[in-house]
Amino acid sequence: MIGAAALALVVAIVLMLVRALSGPTLYDRVLAVNSIGTKIVLLLGVLGFLTGRPDFLDISLLYALINFVATIAVLKFFRYRSFQVPLLRRSRGRKS
Amino acid sequence: MNELLAILLNVKPVIGAALCLTGGVLALIGTIGVLRFPDFYTRLHAASVTDTSALTIALIGMALMAPSWLIVFKLAAIWAFFFLTGPTSSHALANAAHTAGVEPLIGERARSRGRGSSS
Repeated sequence: MIGAAALALVVAIVLMLVRALSGPTLYDRVLAVNSIGTKIVLLLGVLGFLTGRPDFLDISLLYALINFVATIAVLKFFRYRSFQVPLLRRSRGRKS
Repeated sequence: MNELLAILLNVKPVIGAALCLTGGVLALIGTIGVLRFPDFYTRLHAASVTDTSALTIALIGMALMAPSWLIVFKLAAIWAFFFLTGPTSSHALANAAHTAGVEPLIGERARSRGRGSSS
């Protein structure tokens, strides 16, 4: 039954890859990559339990961290076209 | 009472595997929603099925199969991290798309597009 769960996750990742490759806008692609990351976190855990070595969960946790940072970094880059910008909202004309 | 506990311990991995399978099927359903929905914002809504239900149910299933408490703690850490960052990345995506001028499909356009496929 765990194998069936892993198979469902693999099929979901492949289908989401189709959306990532054919997304009409950039944001569809970023959404698809983020969702693929979530599914890979689940797949790593399920594979760990499938092979009887749940130590894969460490890799899974690390993948979750990197996935979040990558999403935010890609969105920031395509909004400001640079990484050298503070992520704070600029006060317009008002000094506080 | 002891027999009940033994039955419970025997049936626990089976329930865990069933919950893992449920999580996998939910991830598949969310992916089909992302493939078929017509609009970026509706796709975002479909993708959040994976981030909330599928992740929680599959992690609960894995926790039922876990051999030690350290594994359960790691699963809880993964869940807590996704509890914090899932809504954050969804909000960042929607905010970035809205700022860049991605229009939601509303009104007559959405109705004429919805007529082509099944309701």
